[in-house]
Amino acid sequence: MTNDLDLQSLILESATRILRDSCDPQTVNVAFGDGWKEPLWRDLEESGLTLCWIAEDKGGAGVPLAVGFEVLFVAGRFAIPVPLSETMIAGWLLSAADIPVPEGSITLSSQPSRQSVNVDASGKLSGTVTAVPFAGEADYLAVCAPGEGGPIIALAAMQDCTPATKSSFSGDPKGDVGLDGVIPVASAPMPFEMNEEALLMFGAAARSRQIAGALQAILDLSVSYARERVAFGRPIGKFQAVQHNLARLAGEVAAANAASGSACDTITRAGSFDETVFLEAASAKIRAGEAAGEGAAIAHQVFGAIGFTQEHVLHRYTRRLWGWRDDFGSESEWAEKLGRRVVDAGADELWPMLAAR
Amino acid sequence: MSSNAEQTLQFDQIRLPPEAQALREEVRTFLAEEVAAGTFDPHSGGQGDDFDRAFSRRVGARGWIGMTWPKKYGGHERTFLERYVLTEEFRIANAPTRGHFIADRQSGPILMKYANEDICMDVLPRICRGECCFCIGMSEPGSGSDLFAARTKAEKTEGGWRINGTKLWTSGAHHADYMIGLFRTSPPTKENRRHGLTQFLVDMTLPGITVNPVPQMTGSLDFNEVVLEDVFIPDSHMLGDVDMAWTQATSELAYERSGPERFLETFYVLVGLARVLEDNPDTRGAEGLGRLVAQLHTLRRMSVSVNGMLQAGKEPVLEGSIVKDLGTAWEQALPARARDLAAFANPQSANIPSFRKQLEHATLIAPKLTIQGGTTEILRGIIARGLGLR
Ligand SMILES: Cc1cc2nc3c(=O)[nH]c(=O)nc-3n(C[C@H](O)[C@H](O)[C@H](O)COP(=O)(O)OP(=O)(O)OC[C@H]3O[C@@H](n4cnc5c(N)ncnc54)[C@H](O)[C@@H]3O)c2cc1C
Repeated sequence: MTNDLDLQSLILESATRILRDSCDPQTVNVAFGDGWKEPLWRDLEESGLTLCWIAEDKGGAGVPLAVGFEVLFVAGRFAIPVPLSETMIAGWLLSAADIPVPEGSITLSSQPSRQSVNVDASGKLSGTVTAVPFAGEADYLAVCAPGEGGPIIALAAMQDCTPATKSSFSGDPKGDVGLDGVIPVASAPMPFEMNEEALLMFGAAARSRQIAGALQAILDLSVSYARERVAFGRPIGKFQAVQHNLARLAGEVAAANAASGSACDTITRAGSFDETVFLEAASAKIRAGEAAGEGAAIAHQVFGAIGFTQEHVLHRYTRRLWGWRDDFGSESEWAEKLGRRVVDAGADELWPMLAAR
Repeated sequence: MSSNAEQTLQFDQIRLPPEAQALREEVRTFLAEEVAAGTFDPHSGGQGDDFDRAFSRRVGARGWIGMTWPKKYGGHERTFLERYVLTEEFRIANAPTRGHFIADRQSGPILMKYANEDICMDVLPRICRGECCFCIGMSEPGSGSDLFAARTKAEKTEGGWRINGTKLWTSGAHHADYMIGLFRTSPPTKENRRHGLTQFLVDMTLPGITVNPVPQMTGSLDFNEVVLEDVFIPDSHMLGDVDMAWTQATSELAYERSGPERFLETFYVLVGLARVLEDNPDTRGAEGLGRLVAQLHTLRRMSVSVNGMLQAGKEPVLEGSIVKDLGTAWEQALPARARDLAAFANPQSANIPSFRKQLEHATLIAPKLTIQGGTTEILRGIIARGLGLR
């Protein structure tokens, strides 16, 4: 227990240091071009963070899932603009499937349950992988597809694929990737008895954790700004209306934090992707997504015009918050599924379900 | 306060331990037996009078009042998480807890902190047996959010204090054996307008006390006006230091703010909605229900977490206030959300009439949820202070 905690704080400190040095949102925001990206990725790779979920005997850092999820919270606090979470998730799956994980960044669909990918008899991949974060930028693509004996996971080189150069409004590219008879680098049955639904739950929990981190960052920024910015002869944070807006923002941040933390913890301890994990992952993605929308709006209100400029750092967070809401199931998609499950189980089962833990 | 801009809000991962969940089963069985015996109607949505002394006694006999308190006071030294589970189940069942809940949640802990040992030994065991109902005498006609405007006077006399004034909105005063009252013992000072108020333990049977019911808009008789005329209170019943109440009970503790009663008051509406949608939910109904369930699940995880952190000796004051703010706003908005979402449900559903009744009741009580125990505005001020803005 103590060891785990020591390990966790060590890793989180190192993640914070790297991101502060190589990915300070303010610096990145005013930088010309993308020159900062490569050193950032190199630092992340060298620290072992990108492969942190891969077992040590397979060349990774062997970090527990729980700690990795907290790395994503930290990544969110820095509005992470590179495919760190995508590489972590893909690397975890690939290595568990005994596929050697290459150097470089790996991405995967943010809509794993909506793929239309076929695998032919020779193992070639065809179809479209939709809504891929960092589609044109990542070095590799991890593809989930239905195989003969169950779902498979395949690793393809991005250069063999056809990414649509669609820019996402989050500030990072996101788009569909076409597969036209792509010969994968490797493929294997999906590990952990995972299927696309389970991957959706895992991705939802991970993305919610990242959202919670970014929300904490905009709370910190907003509170500091409210204490400094003077209007009518006093800091705006002295005005009750502003205080109440910030109190509401704190509530949204707290809800996203608690819901996502609980979901990640649950996945960490769960033996399978069961009903409990479903409730946790769905709730986390719904509540964190709602908080992202509400929270971003409040932060922008607090900052006034300066927060609406290209030069100001706020949009690096808020654009990503808006964009991340759509990854691994939007609030509405999850809510509709959750609502149907509740109704199917029957109204009398609602309280026992909630109170089970 | 516990936080500044550099700290993250903290919610430890707390799961209810096996002993708490075992208790849940015991409580459910007990409540089912009470329902079977006709003690209360679990589907009333809290519409009935929720005072039942015999029921409170049976709860006390189970060891479920003051369950976290020291054994020497009749308590059972169990955990906050066990108390959490108990509170949840009683609330969900709409059990009549008026006779003991206030004493269990706040009056008892205040006595333990500020009353002398004789009073503790006398009163606390009776609370634990379910024999002692408390009310809270803070608000007055001219003093609500602004507690420090309280004018009910306590004047020093030989061996005690003479009280004159009026308390208002005093919930359950018509049933209560005791009140914890906030009275003015000195005028405020120039430097500190909060100075000069003192807390007292008031025996409600004392001569000079008149309790006048104030009917609520729902028709319920629940809160009261309490008139105090030359009521004599002995010195031994003063709680804490004279004039110093502002350092004592001015801010409730985190566990008073963050309990499950802060978001479950209208829960029956959610169950009713699920029932109405049961045959063939439309997309909007299903989606809306899913969101509400996710929001409630999140509130619950936050509340369990705060209670677990308290058990571990931490002081999640800011987090506790946030749970109450989010929780009361949620339970208040629930009836209107449910009404919208049920709009296109199958009109033939046999569950519609009972849902309508639940909805009407919840809609009527909704306004109070963000007023009682400190308004949303006051709470947000407290949260802002926790954020370092005041
Ligand atoms: C059902 C119910 C049960 C109650 N039970 C009890 C009880 O048992 N014992 C007891 O002592 N009291 C009880 N109360 C009283 C309750 O504590 C007060 O109603 C509450 O503190 C608000 O005071 P008020 O009603 O005087 O409103 P006011 O204080 O007059 O407030 C009116 C409005 O102004 C706002 N406001 C006031 N000050 C500020 C400010 N500084 N900044 C911004 N907005 C402000 C308030 O938020 C509110 O919206 C009960 C109330 C209800 C509704």
